Amino acid sequence: MRLEYTERQKKFREEIRGWLAANVPKQPLPSFDTEEGFEAHRRWEARLFEGRWSAVTWPKQYGGHGCDLVEWLIFEEEYWRANAPLRVNQNGVFLLAPTLMEYGTDEQKARFLPRMASGQDIWAQGWSEPGAGSDMAAIRSKAVRDGDHYVINGQKTWSTRAVWADWLFGMFRTDPESSRHHGLTFILLPLDLPGITIRPIKQLNGLPGFAEIFFDDVRVPVGNRLGDEGAGWSVAMATAGFERGLMLRSPARFQQTARSLVDLYKRHRDVADTDPGIREAVLKSWMDAEAYTLATYRTASRLGKGAKIGAEASTNKIFWSELDLLMHETALRILGPLGELMPDAPSAGDAAHWLDGFLFAQAGPIYAGTNEIQRNIIAERMLGLPRS
Amino acid sequence: MDFTFEDQQLAFRDAIHKFLMVEAAPEMLREIWETTRTGRSAELRAKLADQGLTALSVPEEFGGIGLGDLDWVLVQQELGYFAIPDSLTDSAYLAVFLLNHLPADIALKREWLPRIASGNARVAVGHPVNPLVADAELADLLLLWHEDEIHALTRDQLQCEFNASIDLSRRLYRLNWTPTAATRICPARQGGALWRELLDRAALAASAQLLGLAQRMLDLGVDHAAQRKQFGKPVGSFQAVKHHFADVAVKIEFAEPVIHRAAYAVAEDDPRQSAYVSHAKLAAGEAARLAARKSIQAHGAMGYTWEADLQMYMKRAWALDSAWGDAKFHKARIDHSILADGAALGPGTTF
Repeated sequence: MRLEYTERQKKFREEIRGWLAANVPKQPLPSFDTEEGFEAHRRWEARLFEGRWSAVTWPKQYGGHGCDLVEWLIFEEEYWRANAPLRVNQNGVFLLAPTLMEYGTDEQKARFLPRMASGQDIWAQGWSEPGAGSDMAAIRSKAVRDGDHYVINGQKTWSTRAVWADWLFGMFRTDPESSRHHGLTFILLPLDLPGITIRPIKQLNGLPGFAEIFFDDVRVPVGNRLGDEGAGWSVAMATAGFERGLMLRSPARFQQTARSLVDLYKRHRDVADTDPGIREAVLKSWMDAEAYTLATYRTASRLGKGAKIGAEASTNKIFWSELDLLMHETALRILGPLGELMPDAPSAGDAAHWLDGFLFAQAGPIYAGTNEIQRNIIAERMLGLPRS
Repeated sequence: MDFTFEDQQLAFRDAIHKFLMVEAAPEMLREIWETTRTGRSAELRAKLADQGLTALSVPEEFGGIGLGDLDWVLVQQELGYFAIPDSLTDSAYLAVFLLNHLPADIALKREWLPRIASGNARVAVGHPVNPLVADAELADLLLLWHEDEIHALTRDQLQCEFNASIDLSRRLYRLNWTPTAATRICPARQGGALWRELLDRAALAASAQLLGLAQRMLDLGVDHAAQRKQFGKPVGSFQAVKHHFADVAVKIEFAEPVIHRAAYAVAEDDPRQSAYVSHAKLAAGEAARLAARKSIQAHGAMGYTWEADLQMYMKRAWALDSAWGDAKFHKARIDHSILADGAALGPGTTF
């Protein structure tokens, strides 16, 4: 055990800190759930790419930086510390890309990865359907083979950022006779193909952060299939593993929030201490953000020594989503009657970002597999309890 | 940056686990705790010594193995898992720490360190954070705090009054003794720092034991729920029960690296070690309390009986949660650390 950075890691931190200081926009970008904000975030991705910082863990040949997981954690720490923009291409860079590296052909990697790294292609996910949410194996959207194409019909929903995204990755039923986990295939497709209709869905904050996607005889070349036909479930599980496991929510994000919460508490201590529960919640926030960081470094060390992510991925997702709720609820308790004000309300001051984060925190226990599903996975796969 | 233990450390931990599984079975420990005044067994102590547990951090020149806090922390998790009473940790980890760091008092070291290493001496440690002293009556030597001085007394130099604990493994005593120049082995000037370092190690050891206890209670609950049938199915197949256990598993998963970081900080004299140890104690206490709560629930009425072994581990967890600094004490230390002006918080400040 050695809980210290090497000289090389310290130098890496300085390098990224310097680049961010010179390049992070001084004014926050508009939300990427608006058309204007989406394009502004896409330009930021291009800027990151120019500095070779958009996909740091990827091999250099695809536009990455060749970082190991500890360097990735350092990068994330500096990124959040600098208040740099949210990553509009996170679904592509953090979720699809590791799966592409594992299951993609060389042709697919060369075709998709560099354009993803540069922000030319922004990716959305196509998992959920009206009848397949937590029960993803209930997917019904069909992809029927016709020569060297698949013909897709059906409907996807809750697709984050699909209103303006360029590409979609998702799962479709290629074997009409199949059920559950069998006969599913992982397919990549551009969202401007004929037969695709995208209908925005307003989220809790009033912005169209979700979309519903309708497929009406959409023809997709067979070369856009990732992995084997009918092997979609195992390919998708690899994505789900990365998502819940490590890449989706780096600890730096929560450390930054915990630090802001401590600052908020200190600024409003006279009022905050009239509710004796607040101080405890602030301390707990710091402790849990720290615990999540330590656990992630431990996982990174284990992976670096050849271990695989197991069911601990499910414990991660529960832990950070509950922490995120705790921190934002605590901030709103401190802010009291100002907490409800929308960002453009004249009296909102700097409080409004807490409300925004509070709304987003409500989604944490739901997306990427609800926390109830995660608890089932922990109980059955980690603790060995019998299936229901 | 490497957050993993050495293979050798893990192998030693595994060997201790196997040993205690056989030699410290619950029925045997209960027999000792329930039927003897001292609650301790010379026979078990000799077996622990054979495994090297009493010699772990005694320097080689005094007949020990000379290992450190990081080796201990893994062992402490096992001691918690098997509910090994306080006397081993107090003698072999805490007293050895104090004796090792005494300013040049070679005679005392030469007398006691080899005896501790060989399993032939029990040492009790009295720190003001605990109102009572564990295993004082059976102790061959007592190392006691008095205004930051360290005093060394033998059993005949003091009176002790037994106080029964809900944890049947515990033997707690209120001491009546008089500090004198003859009993003083270290002045306050050096003693203050040593007592602070001792408290961090003691709280760290309690944290690791609490984590081991949490794991044991989780395992007992899972075993029970997998076997007990109601409505024609194992109760562990019901989601409501599964989710109880999953919540415990999450607490354990995120307490463990906190405890290991605290052990590293203590071993490396990190200036932030006290806050890290307090964090460890709070996280481990929370995991153990939740494990107790969920495991008794999953046990149903059996969990409320004297017969079921769960009670041994629950009671020990409840006791250790407030030993070597209760939650109030450790929260105050965290508060002091993170709310201080200029405290380094946020991304990039963890290591």
